[in-house]
Amino acid sequence: MSTERQDVIVIGAGMSGLAAAIRLAQFDQRVLVLEQHALPGGLNSFYKRRGRRLDTGLHAMTNFARKGARDAPLTKILRQLRIGHDELALGEQGHSRITLAGLSVRFSNDIALLCAEIEREFPGERDAFARLLECVRSHDPFRPAASFVSARAQLVALGLGPELAEVLLLPILSYGSALEQDAEWNDFVILFRSLFLEGFARPEGGIKRLLDILVARLSERGGVLRRNSTVAAILSGPDGVRGVRLEDGTEIECTHVLSSAGRVETARLAGLPVRTEESGWVTLFEALWILKRPSRELGCMETVHFCCDEPRVPWREPEGRIEPSIGIFCASDNYATQEPPVEGMLRATAIANHDRWCEIDEEAYPIAKRAACDHLADMSARLGLDPRPHAIDSDSFTPRTIRRYTGHARGAVYGSPHKYRDGATPIPRLILIGNDQGLVGITGALLSGITMANLHLLHARAT
Amino acid sequence: MTREEIVEAIKDIIATIAPDEDLSNLKHDVRLRDQIALDSMDFLDIVMELRKRYGVQVPEEDYKELATMDGCVNYLYPQLSTKQLKVGV
Repeated sequence: MSTERQDVIVIGAGMSGLAAAIRLAQFDQRVLVLEQHALPGGLNSFYKRRGRRLDTGLHAMTNFARKGARDAPLTKILRQLRIGHDELALGEQGHSRITLAGLSVRFSNDIALLCAEIEREFPGERDAFARLLECVRSHDPFRPAASFVSARAQLVALGLGPELAEVLLLPILSYGSALEQDAEWNDFVILFRSLFLEGFARPEGGIKRLLDILVARLSERGGVLRRNSTVAAILSGPDGVRGVRLEDGTEIECTHVLSSAGRVETARLAGLPVRTEESGWVTLFEALWILKRPSRELGCMETVHFCCDEPRVPWREPEGRIEPSIGIFCASDNYATQEPPVEGMLRATAIANHDRWCEIDEEAYPIAKRAACDHLADMSARLGLDPRPHAIDSDSFTPRTIRRYTGHARGAVYGSPHKYRDGATPIPRLILIGNDQGLVGITGALLSGITMANLHLLHARAT
Repeated sequence: MTREEIVEAIKDIIATIAPDEDLSNLKHDVRLRDQIALDSMDFLDIVMELRKRYGVQVPEEDYKELATMDGCVNYLYPQLSTKQLKVGV
């Protein structure tokens, strides 16, 4: 048996795992990150296809803040990880748009645009929206609520009409609610700030730039990232966690395990009772088209376009393979870049039903993918850009792909509807990080890793 | 370390934690938090860096002693006077 020993083992080299590991390595913990794939990133990774590098998840990094912006979540995260703002080379969005059942408003990284658009489209709602803004700015969303507060109910209580409420809910639910038909009010406030008060940006060159920085920081601090290493079991005794066993039988001892595998998957690895209903339901179908000319030249001016054909956002697991009424379209080349883009890229996302995609056979699978691509292309055509005549390449992936690459049960992208905010598990020193613990999205996942490393390991030692 | 070197040691730690802040005009008798954006997470990083670099333990009840640069020097001098300055680590 191997006698390798670490202080901390981190399962998964996604955003939360890398962030946690950097914090721990920074303060002299011997930390080993085990990643089942050859590439880091988890849900936010990249792949090569015919010479192009494509991101798997990135529409936008939310929480944009300018260099040195005080009290901004991005500033705090970059500091904790000792990353300079300039290193990310963030390009801001131009503007984005929400279109819901014939209503349409634009927004950008300047809240003034959204205010003006709401005044134009909803002239009677000016005061109600001002009350919402005031409430979102003054509320402390990080203080846990005593009981569940519904965002939908809170919007009604603030006097917003149902149409405006749904327009605002569409991007907010789409970018981070693991609950069906609603969001927790605290999460709504966090997401409202990160989407509308802070905004969207993209690292120049995509997600690889951020991953390269994270991996470099980790190794500069003495942490180790081991790729192609799948954890088969989390080992524990009566006193708590004592290590992991890899698929090849190697055992590694450690004092703490931080797992980004998910609550259900972590329970399974640790031999705890598994309740699969705890896994999340939000999973996605995504189509992408490489366009021979930049999106702008083809008439698509939006960076992200959130579209819903129904007057009430049907945010729940769809009956069929995808929810036909919601499409989220991102023209990745409509971010500011140092070099002007030579070609365009349109990504289209729909919420999907994992089981529907898994029950079809290998013959039907590519046909179902093509049908979903065509549905999203038709929807995009109605918004002004049919990507098909301009496409020089295209690709798509389904909940099956997401499950295979992330290991998350049912291909869940936003984690469990029930979050384990303190990261605690029934096994001492086995700690959850990532989507089932905290916030979602790139910034949310980085914050999850940082706060769990601080709470369970670093600040316990500092005080 | 001399008292001047302790100032340098603290500034180097802050520069590591908050690289985008300008530290050239720090006043030594004014609260650090009033001059540069440091939150409680940053403050804990300063404490952890002090331990990592110099083996200095600052118990939580003494955090208030570190509010100003003068406070830092006065509080840390007895422990740091026998240690060597380490910058840029």
